[in-house]
Amino acid sequence: MEDRSMTTKKLYTVIIFSENTVGLLNQITIIFTRRQLNIETLSVSPSALPGIHKFTITTFADEDMIDKVVKQIDKRVDILKAYYNTDEDLVFQEIALYKLSTELFIKMGTVEELIRKYNARILEMNETCVVLEKSGHYEETQALFRELSETIGVLQFIRSGRVAITKSRVERLSDMLAEMERKLERRRNGNPING
Amino acid sequence: MITGSEALLRALIDEGVDTIFGYPGGQAIPIYDSLYDYRDKLRHILVRHEQGATHAAQGYARVSGKVGVTLVTSGPGATNTITGIADAMIDSTPIVVIAGQVPSPLLGTDAFQEIDVIGITQPITKWAYQIRKPEEIAWAVSRAFYIASTGRPGPVVLDFAKDAQVGMVDYQYKKVDYIRSYQPEPDIKPERIRDAAALINAAQKPFCLVGQGVILGEAEEEMKAFLQKNDIPAGCTTLGLSALPSDFPLNKGMLGMHGNVGPNRKTNECDVLIAVGMRFDDRVTGDLATYAKQAKIIHLDIDNSEIGKNVPVDVKVLGDAKQTLPMITSLLEKRKRPEWNAEFDPDAAEEYTKVIEKELYPTSGYLKMGEVIRQVSEATDNDAVLVTDVGQNQMMAVRYFKHKQTRSVVTSGGLGTMGFGLPAAIGAKVGAPERTVCFFTGDGGLQMTLQELGTIMQEKLDVKIILLNNNFLGMVRQWQELFFHKRYSATEMENPDFVQIAKAYGIASREVQRRDELADAIREMVSHKGPYLLVADVEEEGTVYPMTPAGATVTTILMGDE
Ligand SMILES: Cc1ncc(C[n+]2csc(CCOP(=O)(O)OP(=O)(O)O)c2C)c(N)n1
Repeated sequence: MEDRSMTTKKLYTVIIFSENTVGLLNQITIIFTRRQLNIETLSVSPSALPGIHKFTITTFADEDMIDKVVKQIDKRVDILKAYYNTDEDLVFQEIALYKLSTELFIKMGTVEELIRKYNARILEMNETCVVLEKSGHYEETQALFRELSETIGVLQFIRSGRVAITKSRVERLSDMLAEMERKLERRRNGNPING
Repeated sequence: MITGSEALLRALIDEGVDTIFGYPGGQAIPIYDSLYDYRDKLRHILVRHEQGATHAAQGYARVSGKVGVTLVTSGPGATNTITGIADAMIDSTPIVVIAGQVPSPLLGTDAFQEIDVIGITQPITKWAYQIRKPEEIAWAVSRAFYIASTGRPGPVVLDFAKDAQVGMVDYQYKKVDYIRSYQPEPDIKPERIRDAAALINAAQKPFCLVGQGVILGEAEEEMKAFLQKNDIPAGCTTLGLSALPSDFPLNKGMLGMHGNVGPNRKTNECDVLIAVGMRFDDRVTGDLATYAKQAKIIHLDIDNSEIGKNVPVDVKVLGDAKQTLPMITSLLEKRKRPEWNAEFDPDAAEEYTKVIEKELYPTSGYLKMGEVIRQVSEATDNDAVLVTDVGQNQMMAVRYFKHKQTRSVVTSGGLGTMGFGLPAAIGAKVGAPERTVCFFTGDGGLQMTLQELGTIMQEKLDVKIILLNNNFLGMVRQWQELFFHKRYSATEMENPDFVQIAKAYGIASREVQRRDELADAIREMVSHKGPYLLVADVEEEGTVYPMTPAGATVTTILMGDE
């Protein structure tokens, strides 16, 4: 396949708040697919606000493209707010789990050192397997994976999608909701309103 | 308590619906059964193919400004509507398509005539929703109409499970006019209004692009006042046609691939370009890298995702043009720009001698599309609703048919859907019964939805059909001629006797080949009460000029004298 020149492309984190309705993920992903943008990571969960879901999606794109994609997403009826950020604007983490053979893990000898070095922790240990957990940025979870693979081997490995929080003082969703509230208030001159 | 089916009809009536274009089937029978009791309130027009139902709903919406409604069954009934839904999406036409669906316990089981309507239509709708419970009907229908008709309009699909159709519900109308996550009318930024006005006031050569947004926003008068105050010449996109009357002095013609020479050339000569409710489609811009680079660009649109999508914009005026235009106008200086406006004249003169005169007033040879169109336009006092199909007939018709009032052009712009025209003409006639509807088509496109002649027959719809028959898929043939060394691959058509076909449907018809019969035939068609098919045998290898080849700079204009 072609080398999608990484020079102008950057990793963007798209954060989307939506109503909790069926089929929204599909609506969002088709917008990426149509522009041949690959979703690197995806995580979806209820947000702090009741009934509102939050999607965190990372993708490599140039700014012009990501701007257009986010506008298309924002336009969907059930999307409350969509915006994009680069890593500098965000605090973000991914979580990784590593399943290892208990026997080899113990034989390795350097277990404590390794766990301290990577700030990992043991989630589960039984006769057959050990499960380590590490959260961090991609490179960090990847570094542990590499080291384990090269030494005792990894039986299973899984990394979550990114979760992210903006550093800025602006809270776009709550600002937007407050604004909508104000508008609704202004319009409430006897008209019945439901959504 | 009433059934879900009846609740659906009540909800439609509460939304002001009086006409439905549809086609029944297994998973819609309960709705049709209820419809039997509501025949006096809801006119149901039985089309001959569900694609026709969507295009008819589009034609209806485009001329009336109301939401068009389509009712079909599940499975193939629903999939047959896809082209119309896609067409409505790209051309911002408000329609609501209601499709029956298998009972909800059967969803996901590949039941007979089950299809994932929501999955299929999500990319081509503003909103697609599956109704699974009768309690959802009142809300879903009202929400559908609200979404379809507000902001930038578009299609909405309601996928209506059969168990919700037959279940009982205590129906109560509840108007939806607020959705927390949906802001159809974005806030207007006063500084953008000021910036726009300042740019225009300082401009020497401002030029305005008028799009369908002006019509959809009912901002025609605001548009005229804006242009007049500062004496700004304008070009219309194909879908923007009739927002300004053809003879409005500042209306310099149509933009785009087969548009008028002046507007296209001046795009690359103006110093400020003001785009109103249009989306810089590639058929308008040609090569973006060379498009209006010299100009500062102001873009007025209600859809934030359109501003800056194709063309970088200097002043973004997000908002409803009905509001933003007069706000800008109030800050404009009264100006007269006679020299700048006169700069369009030589272009118009050149186009007239090189293209228009030959097309509209030929004295020898076969009939030309242009002369037929001009004569029909004149015979209907330049005030009919123009419906077109797609291809050469379309480009010729939008070039040469004239308009006096808004909402007078119904054509498939963004999707370029052959077969759109005949059912759209049906919808247009139903939506504007007091107006004359003239539908121009090609032999290819007419045969794509020819079966709708049956609908015209049954509903006795007075649609004037003008077939510009060239026995070719003309527009493709034109490209083959110009860009593929006349290798006419799969574009020649052996055609039936269209007059006989019309007769079989009880539709009056006449074929003309000779110039000296044309006026009489048109007179006969126009004075005939009821539908009429005029078959005009036009020159086989006619070409639509001017033409800016796809992807070329907007000022690269072929006029047939190369
Ligand atoms: C559904 C569909 N299929 C194919 C095309 C491609 N196409 C565009 S114009 C055209 C030729 C149209 O021929 P005809 O209807 O005879 O009209 P003419 O151009 O001769 O006026 C074709 C095939 C299309 N636009 N739509």
